[in-house]
Amino acid sequence: MLRVLLVLLVLAVPARAQDAFTTALAGLSGNFTAQAEAVERLGALGDPRALPILQALGEGRLLKRADGVLLLRQGEALREALSGGASTEAGEVLRINNRVRGALRGAFGRLQLLSPVEAERLAAADGLFRSRSAENVAMLEDALGREASARVRPVMELALAASRLAAGEDSAKRQGIILLGGSSSPEARAVLLEARAANAGLAAEIDQAVAAIDRRLQLKRAAETAFQGLSLGSILLLAALGLAVTFGVMGVINMAHGEMVMLGAYTTVVVQEALRGIPALAPLSLPLSVPAAFLVTAAVGVALERGLIRHLYGRPLETLLMTFGVGMILQQSVRLIFGAQNREVVSPAWMQGTLQLPGGIEVTQNRLWIIFFSLVVLGLTVAAIRFTRFGLEMRAVVQNRRIAATMGIRTGRVDAMTFAFGSGIAGIAGVAVSQIDNVSPNLGTGYIIDSFMVVVFGGVGSLAGTMIGALTLGIVNKMLEPWAGAVLAKIAVLVGIMLFIQRRPKGLFALKGRAAEQ
Amino acid sequence: MSASLSIQNRLRLGQGALLRGLLLLGLAALALLPVLNRLPPDSALYVSDFVVSVSGKWVCYAILALAIDLAWGYAGILSLGHGAFFALGGYAIGMHLMRLIGPRGVYGHPVLPDFMVFLGWTELPWYWQGFQFFPFALLMALVVPGLLAGVVGYLAFRSRITGVYLSIITQAMTYALMLAFFRNDMGFGGNNGFTDFKELLGMPLNTPGARAALFYAALVALGGSLLLCRHITRSKLGRVLLAVRDAESRVRFLGYDTTRVKLSVFVLSAMLAGLAGALYVPLIGIINPGEFSPGNSIEAVVWVAVGGRGTLAGALVGAFSVNAIKTWLTSFAPDLWLFVLGGLFVAVTLFLPRGLVGLLQKGDGR
Repeated sequence: MLRVLLVLLVLAVPARAQDAFTTALAGLSGNFTAQAEAVERLGALGDPRALPILQALGEGRLLKRADGVLLLRQGEALREALSGGASTEAGEVLRINNRVRGALRGAFGRLQLLSPVEAERLAAADGLFRSRSAENVAMLEDALGREASARVRPVMELALAASRLAAGEDSAKRQGIILLGGSSSPEARAVLLEARAANAGLAAEIDQAVAAIDRRLQLKRAAETAFQGLSLGSILLLAALGLAVTFGVMGVINMAHGEMVMLGAYTTVVVQEALRGIPALAPLSLPLSVPAAFLVTAAVGVALERGLIRHLYGRPLETLLMTFGVGMILQQSVRLIFGAQNREVVSPAWMQGTLQLPGGIEVTQNRLWIIFFSLVVLGLTVAAIRFTRFGLEMRAVVQNRRIAATMGIRTGRVDAMTFAFGSGIAGIAGVAVSQIDNVSPNLGTGYIIDSFMVVVFGGVGSLAGTMIGALTLGIVNKMLEPWAGAVLAKIAVLVGIMLFIQRRPKGLFALKGRAAEQ
Repeated sequence: MSASLSIQNRLRLGQGALLRGLLLLGLAALALLPVLNRLPPDSALYVSDFVVSVSGKWVCYAILALAIDLAWGYAGILSLGHGAFFALGGYAIGMHLMRLIGPRGVYGHPVLPDFMVFLGWTELPWYWQGFQFFPFALLMALVVPGLLAGVVGYLAFRSRITGVYLSIITQAMTYALMLAFFRNDMGFGGNNGFTDFKELLGMPLNTPGARAALFYAALVALGGSLLLCRHITRSKLGRVLLAVRDAESRVRFLGYDTTRVKLSVFVLSAMLAGLAGALYVPLIGIINPGEFSPGNSIEAVVWVAVGGRGTLAGALVGAFSVNAIKTWLTSFAPDLWLFVLGGLFVAVTLFLPRGLVGLLQKGDGR
């Protein structure tokens, strides 16, 4: 009874018609019919001030004071909806029914579609795409006319196409189908399949559109798998490249190779922390880590070769065990110095984020950089072996140690340099690994077995084989992953390599001629 | 240094017999441990439960060391994956022990082990059938590692994969198995593996009696393995093995089928490792995928290297001495242990290629 009186009272008070917005606002405190009309009008006006008020109405936070002023409740505080001033006096919560709720949804979509915030427009367009109704067509056409953002436009176009598909006339539907068929989103595919049942007359067009989407989705998946495989392969390549030099060229099996990668990653951590205080150099910490890591691991490599490994030449099994022990000592030393927990390496801004390629293919920047980086390192390694004096001496010693010595090459020094070179490349690999993996003392153990597999698969002593081997293993691994899971894919690759060695015991790129003889 | 040299000189007189005597004495002393455990705790000769279970562990390790020595020391096959055979043997017995828990599990399911109930499985996978029978489980503890070694060894030896390549492949094998056993849907308890065993052969575990029985079982197995290995290494096969180790292609050209020789000794070695694992798990009361980690296998290799490969006594000496150091060191300076272990790898390969036993034996000029 009291309520009816209040409503009558409000209606009796003449609305001070300052502008269309305030007039429409007043309707919110009327009966349900008046409320729904007011909501629709507010939505049509497109005034951003309406959004918080309508949200409050939808969530039961809009109150009416005895004098008819609308109040917004935000937590405990009460504020006047129009002026924003605080109110000490409370009021009665405005209730709504389902019709008003429906009107609110439409108004939200429209208001957000015109919002100055890009993310809100994006969300609104996405919402309209999901709700898709013929009523939204005009609204979306209007919004699309004003939209300038390249991120929002395609989503709005999809929403418009989906809404047209729900419209009455076949011509509008056809337009919608063509637009949806041009996208590469699984949602558009679902919308089309849903519409197929309702529009038997358009089945042929819809099937065509779905097939087009499927083709594009397949391409996208294939491209992304290939990229992930390349990315994994480039990491393997970096880790295996040093091994290809020490194991492949020198024939020294270094089980501490993984620890060299780990030392490279920790060098990156140290360089980053040392440069933190110097604003001019801090952004360059990653590029500076590359030579630092090379020098640190090369120094460790020289010490290892001159101090220990050279006493065991010609005894590969002993070398294997001994270097494993060295790896253990290195790991434990790092654990004691830096702690067992993971250390964080911050990626520079230019390596963060994802790159959008045409066709919706997403590519993470840091992995793209690592692929590029690994190819550069490979190129430099090949160049060092082919075109430098050191490379020439190294190849001479590998081919025939005694004759190389009689020619005046200091074979001991070449051994040390070669080992330092291989270890240094492992250190560089560590810099790259620090960008995508946790830097922890046992970082290297995860890479050592894979690296050996790459070298064995690609063919011992062949850098080209190492590259092909690494990229093949990376891509095969990622191709198997979707339907076998990461672990089974890895096992399958290991078993595959074992079977492969059956057919080609010397790997893909076996050395031929004199160099193949031991 | 001079003191050790003089000891060495004195020992050289009858090294072979002396070594054998010391070995028998050591085994006899081990056999006394569970008896001394039954003495009143205030007795001077009392031995604690801890010592009994730790030495039981070492006895199992010694069998594993023998297995590695047989393959590496005699046939030159350095397997870095023997921990996998050990763990597979352990898992086989672990499955039997899990079946014996029956309705006493947390979920009280009459047949399914707890972890399967937890995963929402309703029936036992086919490969769990038969493990309720002890003889079957014991057989599997030998057959499964033997089969795996047979397949891997056949593929490897057939294509003449030797030396470090074989080592890397066996390491990859145990690594792959570790990854596989970590998966829950493999049906082997995933991460947690098997534990909470109740009984074996009708005897409740975790009692002094059961501990003594398991200890003696391990000791008898060690003795048996030792006799078997001694028999093999002294037979004609043993001679061929040594020849294969030192000059494989020459032996092949002489008409021996080296692939078959190597394969048979590799399979036998894997089965011994499986036996060691099968004895180990009831003693320890737990098995999990960590046993497959490549580090475990290579640690076992270092026992043999420290003791002296190519001699059966060396495997035992190495397994006991390295593990004694490990147990002692991990209790008071755990951070140091990995340094010592790493140092052992380096020191033994550089300075002591014939191990501790080599110190006692006369140098043969090699």
